[in-house]
Amino acid sequence: MFGKLDLSAIPLSQPIPLITSAIVVVIGLAVAVLITTKKLWPYLWHEWITSVDHKRIGIMYCLLGILMLIRGFADAIMMRTQQAVAINAEGYLPPEHYNQIFTAHGTIMILFGAMPLVLGFMNFLVPLQLGVRDVAFPTFNSVGFWLTASGALLVNVSLLVGEFARTGWLPYPPLSETTYSPGVGVDYYLWAVQISGIGTLITGINIVTTILKMRCPGMSYLRMPVFCWTALASCLLIVAAFPILTATLAMLTLDRYVGWHYFTSMSGGNPMMFVNLIWAWGHPEVYILILPAFGIFSEIFSTFSGKPLFGYRSMVAATLFICVVSMLVWLHHFFTMGAGAAVNTFFGISSSIIAVGTGVKIYNWIFTMYGGRVRLEVPMLWSLGFIFTFILGGLTGVLLAIPPADFVTHNSMFLVAHFHNVIIGGVVFGIFAGVEFWFPKAFGFRLHAGWGKAAFWLALFGFWVTFTPLYILGLDGMTRRLQHINFEHWTPWLYVSVVGIAILIAGVVAQVLQLIVSIRNRDALRDVTGDPWDGRSLEWATASPPPFFNFAVTPNVEGEEAYWGIKLRAIETQQLSPEPHYEAIEMPINSPVGFYTAFFATVFGFAMIWYIWWLAALSLLAAFIGFVVFAWRDVHEFEVPEEEVERAERKRRAAREEFLNRLAHEGGTA
Amino acid sequence: MTDSRFPASIETIRRVNQDPHRLGHRSHGPSEPIEGAGHGASGPAQKRILVGYGFWIYLLSDIVVFSCFFAAFAVQRSATAGGPTMADIVDVNRVALQTGVLLLSSYTCMLSFAATNARSRLWTQVFLLATGVLGLSFLVMEFQEFAELVGRGIAPQRSGMLTSFFGLVGLHGLHVTAGGLWLLTMMAQVQVKGFRPEIIHRLLCFNLFWHALDIVWIGVFTIVYLMGVNA
Repeated sequence: MFGKLDLSAIPLSQPIPLITSAIVVVIGLAVAVLITTKKLWPYLWHEWITSVDHKRIGIMYCLLGILMLIRGFADAIMMRTQQAVAINAEGYLPPEHYNQIFTAHGTIMILFGAMPLVLGFMNFLVPLQLGVRDVAFPTFNSVGFWLTASGALLVNVSLLVGEFARTGWLPYPPLSETTYSPGVGVDYYLWAVQISGIGTLITGINIVTTILKMRCPGMSYLRMPVFCWTALASCLLIVAAFPILTATLAMLTLDRYVGWHYFTSMSGGNPMMFVNLIWAWGHPEVYILILPAFGIFSEIFSTFSGKPLFGYRSMVAATLFICVVSMLVWLHHFFTMGAGAAVNTFFGISSSIIAVGTGVKIYNWIFTMYGGRVRLEVPMLWSLGFIFTFILGGLTGVLLAIPPADFVTHNSMFLVAHFHNVIIGGVVFGIFAGVEFWFPKAFGFRLHAGWGKAAFWLALFGFWVTFTPLYILGLDGMTRRLQHINFEHWTPWLYVSVVGIAILIAGVVAQVLQLIVSIRNRDALRDVTGDPWDGRSLEWATASPPPFFNFAVTPNVEGEEAYWGIKLRAIETQQLSPEPHYEAIEMPINSPVGFYTAFFATVFGFAMIWYIWWLAALSLLAAFIGFVVFAWRDVHEFEVPEEEVERAERKRRAAREEFLNRLAHEGGTA
Repeated sequence: MTDSRFPASIETIRRVNQDPHRLGHRSHGPSEPIEGAGHGASGPAQKRILVGYGFWIYLLSDIVVFSCFFAAFAVQRSATAGGPTMADIVDVNRVALQTGVLLLSSYTCMLSFAATNARSRLWTQVFLLATGVLGLSFLVMEFQEFAELVGRGIAPQRSGMLTSFFGLVGLHGLHVTAGGLWLLTMMAQVQVKGFRPEIIHRLLCFNLFWHALDIVWIGVFTIVYLMGVNA
């Protein structure tokens, strides 16, 4: 009846996962009770869960990502402390538990932390920056988000019911085959990542179509903000690379469930094929994450330097160059696995060449600041911290790209320090910079600057104190993923690293406090003009938070930096552009189909993990019925009446008018 | 984003007539931007173009999935683990018939879309039904083939080569099955709702899907079966 599932799946003998899940369940119940007593369910259901508004979906993506970042950070704390106490000792985490933690840490941070945040930014920003009302396929967008959430849920369910994989975040066979991993851990990994991967692919297709086919009049390619270019490159990589992940995981699933021989170590199976396939996805994946972060920094550098981005066209070229070359470097993840000198040379050179494209970008950002009026607001601090951190991380990357050097550092803590250096210094700093920058656009008030600065400095120092020791340990020969350490010589560095993680904890606390303080002082931090940072692209041309239809009238772009042009004209002529003629707007109606699909995807995944075949079949059938019912609906759009559009826009214009008057009184001009 | 009076194809013809040497591109110098084509100058594309374009991108990603299974087959085709080789399992006659049936189904599928463009519900349904019947016979033959092979003890669990063979051919079969389910819902939608814009968009996507499966099958037919006979 319940397949392999019985009460022994609950880890009653292991206090850490048990207590953690108990706390999570209690918090979840408390939130549910709170929502019920405040009667917020209808609001949540109509305004968020079934919403097809790209801004709402973007915000939900970011919330999911931040929750998962915290979960992954908890894993990180456990790993660093375990290694610090397990010197010639057992430590507090038994090996089978420790192995699950480093697997979960990698999987969650990349696929359920960073990915949702990056996709959230793209969802929220791309239509606003392109001057359109939504993405190309709004309902599909909701399906994509909820499938990602479904994958995240499955990973976290594994904490309480069963176990997670012990294989590392990429489940290399033959270790991940049933012979060596008979439990449900790898199955949890497979179904969670498979389901969320399909969600990501849907979002990727959606955003590529949006950028290539839905731009407001006049928004030609070379007038798009750089963030849109990076989103395009990132989503092209999603479309090209995520199917490889889907195929590879499907093959491993077949090996595990029906005894096929894609990757087994006998009967003609080929484990190296898995390593090649998974990295053919895995390497583009890191560029899928970093490219949008590059876009975020580009917007921030130009806005806070008060200058157009230096070398816009070279920035676009470098983005596309990285997009293409990132598909040609995957073998550098396994130089030591016997590909031979000629092949290693090719991939060593292609990996080093990526640094050229990145170098172009770094110089462009620096030259953007040169001669500008630099304002050191919080987003700008994160960006400057990024340049410093990312350059050093990139340099160690070039070291690792040299095959002979890689033979020394392969699978060492040096490698661990390197990829955290670029992912934290690049992606995570980018995400925080972006959150600080666009938070007022999303919610209508700024974040508190003092706490933001504290969080930044703590994160920057915490990062370097945590990871510099790991570089040194790696060069000293310490390999990654050690559950305990039999070498006292390393002790001081492991202790320093724990100090670093403590500073990072303080940084996270500062970040949370920033949010709380900002919400409490939201009236003082209110952004009424819609343009709190003196921005340059179209998202600042509408109110904060934007009305659900984004723009009262579709903007008409007449040059690069669409909003900057409009703003300069208004300041020069001392008046806003003449009031347009408002028309009714057609917007897509909300739909529960995304939530419905994801619900049955979760049930299906859970049923497959525990071999509950009838439930799996039933949920597939239910999903199919859902699609048919959805296909049958007759109404797809509703009309926003002219008056409502007019009301929203009049309010924004009044605020801008006041801003212009104040500027005139103070005698200031642009 | 409402549909303009003419379908995009007519707009394309107009454009090509105006500018015969730059097919599909805007001409140099000032020219009137084409409404709804999605070029920067003219604003967002029409729904029909968006749907078709997005579906093309999905198809490309699906082709990448297939290419992984092709790659696995290329890597493992000689990994027979002492078991049967490709030459032992290919039945050229059946696979020729399968190919013929599937190609014919692509033809009827195209005819159904021609009927859709002529807004003939009857002929759309007739040709969709023909497509479905041909697709079903393809699947029956494939099932027969698999059943016979397994009956002779030639199962995917036997060797890496058989795994990748069953995987690749089976993946295509799975797509045809999904296409068949989609086809049934499309027939029901056409019958109940008629030629509303969104139904026509879905028919367009279904056509693209069905033809793409045909193209993939050409690859399977050539690389797996024809090249396998001589292996």
